[in-house]
Amino acid sequence: MDYEKILCSRVRAIPPSGIRKYFDLLQGMEDGISLGIGEPDFQTPWHIRDAGIYSLEKGFTKYTPNAGLSDLRAAISRYLKRRFDLDYAPNGQVLVTVGGSEALDLAFRCLLEPGDEVIIPTPSFVCYGPLVSMLHGVPVPVETLAEDEFRLTPEQLRAAITPRTRAVVLPFPNNPTGGIMGREHLEALAEVLRGTDIMVVSDEIYAELTYGQHHVSMGNLPEMKERTIVINGFSKAYSMTGWRLGYACGPKPVIAAMTKLHQYAIMSAPTTSQYAAIEALEHGDGDIEAMREEYDGRRRFLVDGFRRLGLDCFEPRGAFYTFPCIRSTGLTSEEFCDRFLAAERVAVIPGSAFGPGGEGYVRACYAASMRDLAEALTRLERFLKTI
Amino acid sequence: MLKLLQLLEEDCTLTNDQLAAMANVSVQEVEETRRRLEEEKVILGYKAIVDWDRTQREAVTALIEVKVTPQRGDGFARIAQRIYQYDEVESVYLMSGAYDLTVIISGRTLKEVALFVAEKLSPIEGVTGTATHFILKKYKEKHLIFEKQETQEERFVFE
Repeated sequence: MDYEKILCSRVRAIPPSGIRKYFDLLQGMEDGISLGIGEPDFQTPWHIRDAGIYSLEKGFTKYTPNAGLSDLRAAISRYLKRRFDLDYAPNGQVLVTVGGSEALDLAFRCLLEPGDEVIIPTPSFVCYGPLVSMLHGVPVPVETLAEDEFRLTPEQLRAAITPRTRAVVLPFPNNPTGGIMGREHLEALAEVLRGTDIMVVSDEIYAELTYGQHHVSMGNLPEMKERTIVINGFSKAYSMTGWRLGYACGPKPVIAAMTKLHQYAIMSAPTTSQYAAIEALEHGDGDIEAMREEYDGRRRFLVDGFRRLGLDCFEPRGAFYTFPCIRSTGLTSEEFCDRFLAAERVAVIPGSAFGPGGEGYVRACYAASMRDLAEALTRLERFLKTI
Repeated sequence: MLKLLQLLEEDCTLTNDQLAAMANVSVQEVEETRRRLEEEKVILGYKAIVDWDRTQREAVTALIEVKVTPQRGDGFARIAQRIYQYDEVESVYLMSGAYDLTVIISGRTLKEVALFVAEKLSPIEGVTGTATHFILKKYKEKHLIFEKQETQEERFVFE
């Protein structure tokens, strides 16, 4: 069979990940160090794991309500109020999903007609473009700049809006740059969006990981709640990546539409994970603080290290990535990563993989042990001398 | 200072440069603070935590409950001191509850430890009774787990 004919053109058009090769190469190396994967290196706190196990012991192994356990939705609602001053009703404004990723996919599915445009600030997480393209939508990348601290500016937003604009993605705190948007910066964007029919898809998966200032959600700016879908989850805040649990909050009709699709495609998010998540929300604030403090120390150490070695490094205030500029080496991002891996067995990711604006940078994740971070810097120093 | 102590308690192999970056203070400040903390005995020392069971060396550790008669004026301090002077004694703690001192002793063999208790510890004036518990297996010490943990198959999807 000719599968090229069978597979739909849109999925064939999605470029393969340019990242895999680094992991494949790294795997064969004895003392390789990966600063490549964007995943917490902590285990899920034990009390949360224990709650999941306990739910299994009690025999809670069936589907949950489509939108998620009512206790979990209530806990999410209280948590969002407590931590981010967001107001979402547990019934009707909260949908529990399989990771933040499913929530993103659902949001686009519920919003886009063929040809609709979605504004996507880049560099950013790689999933937005392909998800939009699969729906016959048109991703409209907007390059954020180091001199703007990788924020989306109101001028850029205004310039990117057309009559076909259906949504704008707000991926802050940002992967890969570590950029964040303060209230005043969001307010400036809100000014552009008020009175339009453009929806904000606010990917706030790193909301708990900000350093020096608290995360602000677009959902608590005046007149923005009705045009915002807040997407969050448990992966980053509680080190629960493998549990695959996230959620979306937003206006009732939007969440109702997303829930309708979710019940056909997924039924309900994993039951064990939902019970564990209740424990996380009710008793996990301390875990968040402890992990954030640990990340913060590593963040300063790595940024400091890059700067001492002469690499320009934007001060990342969110997520767990540094995004040093490697233009001074005269190499492209990809050349830098290829050669650094080959010569010193350290994997970092070319900024170019994260869309327009990423060239000239590399992403190094500091969700790694201090020992690995220190060793990576030693090897980087050696590597830079050979260029 | 507290931050520095927390970091060192977790991993005393961190260099002053690393500590400075993590605690967000200057390297000079780290050096000075460390020196002071060491002088003031806030930091008592830096040691490796070794799992001797993975080596050829035989070793046993025992936890001994010790009941004592406190002495006028000195309370328990004098007796504790007489106990902790022995090299075999790893730790001594004053306890609340059914007995007074916990003494942790390590030796090469069971017999060696038992003899220590019989010949050195029990005869100390003021010691009125002992109960020796041998440690059979260590699972966790100072937040470190002795068994190698199984690791999950790593994923290499792009995040």
